[in-house]
Parts: sequence; structure tokens; C-alpha cells
Amino acid sequence: MLEIAGLSHRYADGHRAVEGVELHVASGELVSIVGPSGCGKSTLLRCVAGLQRPSEGRIAVGGRDVDGVPDDLAVVFQDYTRSLFPWLTVRDNVALPLRRRGLARAERRARAEETLAQVGLDSAAGRYPWQLSGGMQQRVAIARALAYRPALLLMDEPFGSVDAQTREDLEDLLLAVRGGGGGGPGGGSGGGPGGGCDGRGMTILLVTHDIDESVYVGDRVVVLTGAPGRVHSELRVELPAPRDQIGTRGLPEFVKLRAEVGRAVRRP
Amino acid sequence: MSAGDMRQGGGGRERVGRPVAGRMMRAGLGVLARGWLLVLLVLVWESAARRAEDLYFPPPTRIARTMRELWWSGPPSRLWLSDLAVDDFVPSLSHLLLGWAVAGAVGIAVGVGIGLSRVAFHVLDPVLQFGRAVPPPTLIPFFMVAFGLGTSMQLAAIVFGVVWPVLLNTADGVRSVEPLQLDTARVLGLGRLARLRYVVLPGAAPKIFAGLRVALGFALILMVIAELMGSGEGIGSRLNAAEREFRPDRLWAGIVLLGGIGSVLNGLFLLVERKALAWHRGARRTGT
Repeated sequence: MLEIAGLSHRYADGHRAVEGVELHVASGELVSIVGPSGCGKSTLLRCVAGLQRPSEGRIAVGGRDVDGVPDDLAVVFQDYTRSLFPWLTVRDNVALPLRRRGLARAERRARAEETLAQVGLDSAAGRYPWQLSGGMQQRVAIARALAYRPALLLMDEPFGSVDAQTREDLEDLLLAVRGGGGGGPGGGSGGGPGGGCDGRGMTILLVTHDIDESVYVGDRVVVLTGAPGRVHSELRVELPAPRDQIGTRGLPEFVKLRAEVGRAVRRP
Repeated sequence: MSAGDMRQGGGGRERVGRPVAGRMMRAGLGVLARGWLLVLLVLVWESAARRAEDLYFPPPTRIARTMRELWWSGPPSRLWLSDLAVDDFVPSLSHLLLGWAVAGAVGIAVGVGIGLSRVAFHVLDPVLQFGRAVPPPTLIPFFMVAFGLGTSMQLAAIVFGVVWPVLLNTADGVRSVEPLQLDTARVLGLGRLARLRYVVLPGAAPKIFAGLRVALGFALILMVIAELMGSGEGIGSRLNAAEREFRPDRLWAGIVLLGGIGSVLNGLFLLVERKALAWHRGARRTGT
């Protein structure tokens, strides 16, 4: 689904953000990318999203080389206050990108409301983002990405600006929409007529600096070290589904993986 | 979602749901609270002017009477507007509004173009700063030579004078649109035009509105100056006539009328702005 080969990026000021990154992500996989701040995680994501042209290397999404923003790709940024549109209602924020999908106005609204219900925000559809709490705003951003039904979803520290409890809820929401278990609100029940808007089959690349989170939500953890950022190691996460915050985090396997990732992150 | 998930103290919800009657009462109280000083000043002026009996400073009641004689002595079917009022107001206001609208459209269009292109902004910035720095009334003699007296000269003066605040504010507003919002829109497949319509223009709207409001004030000033400097019609030429006929009461009537027009236009504009930018005030209040 996603192929990254020999990716290097050097900014105009000479700063080398990433160097020689190799990464292959299979269709339907959720890969966590974890690393200390300044290891080029965000640069990597921006290159994949086509927002930045890498100085060297090749990126292909769905077999097609990235040149500009690929179709069927959505991003959830960390900073929901600056990525949501404050002049649009929650419903319109979610519905706006669906214009691209060639849907009529009524269909766009319907799909937006369906997806909002899926993330537990059906009652907030007519309100504005700034009338909601931080956790709810990030849920709107997630709903917007899900409603778009991308083949590849990029998440740039999506839960980095919310409190710990909300963070766990949102992690479970993510697991729930992929159908991988988790007890998120409205979880797993999604899927209206016509295939539904759950995230089954969606490939997800999640950037985080939280080691626990990378293991808890990931099928695989890729550790970047920097700077410049390069792939240090990869670990397959074989934790049983459904995962849940208390049980999964208590498993010896989880503790072991967390320690391994932790060592990799700290040891350059 | 839990109840604790709601933003606390945001106040957004209660504002949306406030009953209409309560809102009107609050607005009424607001007018009273802000209007008392104006009433007091007029009363003081009235008594001082009556005591002084100075020809140059007629009391407000005399000014009001003159205004009624001149402009509000017509039939009720026409809102009491006299023939003179129609002759004076129609050219003045139509020039003012037409000039402002043209300048607004041109200013927004060019401002968006300049704001979107970093190169254009840097190349054109000195030119724009110079254009803005030229005091617009100084161009009126030139426009008089170029266009002769009349409507085109007046419109040219208004358009040239008021286009700058709109243009520069729009360019500034477009440049300050949140980059993450633009990135988000790009990633989610919005094309150039859709980004302009749904992201760039709304994002720049607070600054565009500020520019338009300043421009509206300028437009009134330039309208009067153009009429005073030479144009056979409008409120400004009525002032000229009053000066020639040595009628200070009519001069004062014109001054009060123009102040009233300015206040009404600004008030109407603020109403529209409040409605269009309700999201902006809300977002600022909650600090996001």
C-alpha cells in the first residue's frame, strides 16, 4: 500500500530532517512511528501526504508515485484548533471534503452525520468546533478523515494535545473504527448501508512520541532515531484483539514490547 | 461523550439559545446606556446656544427645523422626503455606495491575488504603500481635469480613495490564513477554487470586513469633498450653496445630516459584520 525507498529530505537551510528512510506498509496495516522529538517524523508524514517534495528517494501510495497530494489520503493533525475550520459547523467541517467525492449535498450531510454518530458526536453536528472541548474537536477531525474514506490515513501525533483520559478514549476509538476491538464510544457498531464508514481495510500510519501508545494501537512499531531521522528498528506487535486499556497494558507481552521500544528510542 | 467533555465557561451554547425577547430588551437597554450622554450634550448645546444668540451657532432645535424644511417636508407616502431631499440624497448616496462597492470588489479581487502570491506581495508592496500614502483628495483636481465635473469624477475619487484599505487588508488577511488549514484542505482533495471559497476567503474575512468598514467611512469623506470641490448636485453642493447664501443654519443642517448618514451606514455595516463573523467572535472568546 505504501512504499518508501531511500527517502531523504534536507530543508533549504541545510537542516537534514530524514535520511535514507525505508518503509513498507501493507494494506490494512496500522503502523506506529515512534521517536524522540526532532527525528523527522512530521517531515516524513508531510512527504507521504504530498505536502512536501522530498530531496531524494521515492514514495508510492497504492502503487503510484507520490507527486502532489495523492487521492484517497487523509491526515489528522495534532493541532485540531488550527486544522478545523471555525467558520463551519461540525457537520460542514466533516461534509466539506466530500465534495471531492462527487456526492450531492444531501448525501454529504447524511454521510457526515453518520460518521459523527460513529465517533459519538451526533448531538454536536450543528455546533461550531470552538464550542467543543479539545477531545471532542479532535474527534471531529477524526470523523472528517473517516467520512472521506481514505485508503491511507496519516495521523500526526493525533492525541498529543488532549488530557490522558481523553487520549485513551481516542486510542480506543481508533481501534474501534478499524474493527480491531477496543471499547470506544459508539465503537465498532458503525457501518451504515452501503458498506458503512468504518475503517476496515484502511491503512493507517500513526506518528507519536508516546511509546505506550505506539504499542497499544499498532500492528507494528517503527522506531525512528535522529537527527537526521532514520529507521532504527521495527517490531511486530502481536497482542490479542480486542485490545483494552487495562487488560492489554497489563499483558507481559505488552510490557516486554514497551521496554524494547523504549530501549530503541533511547539508544541511538 | 461525558458531560465533563463540554468546554467549561465557553458560554457558546447559552448564547445560541438565548430567547429573542431577552435579546431585544438587552439591546434596548444598551441604546439607553450609550445614548444618555448624547442627549445630555444636545441639551447643554441647546441652552448655551439660546443664551448666546449667536448667528453662527444656532440651537439644535433651529437646526432640526431647518433640516425638516429642507429635506423632510414631503408627503408621508415618500417617508416625508421633500423633492430637495431626493435631489440631494440620491446622487450623493448612490455615488457613495457605488464607489464603495466597486472599490470593495476591486480591492478584494486584487488583494486576494497579491495575498496568495509571495512574489507578487514583495514586488508590489512598495507600490501599494505609495499608492496608499497619496492623500486621495489631492487627486480630485486631476480627476476634474481628466473626467470633467460630474459623476465619473466623483466615482473615480471615491474608488481611488477607498480601494486601499480593502486591498491591503485583504492581502494581509489572505497571507495570515492558517497554513495548517490550507494543508488540511489540500490533503482532503479541495481544489484551488474550493480552497479559495471555503478556506481562504472565510479565513481572511475578519480583516476584509475591517478594511471595508474603514473604506465606508473614507467613502463618505471623499463623496463630500468631491461635491464641495465642484459638482452641481448632492449634499456637498447644498453646503456650498448655504455658504454662498450665508445661511449658517443650513450649513449646520448639512453637517448634522452627514454625521447622521455616517452613523447609520456604520451601524448597518456592523449589523452585517456581526452576523457574518459570529464564528470569529465565538472562537476568540473561547480562545481557540
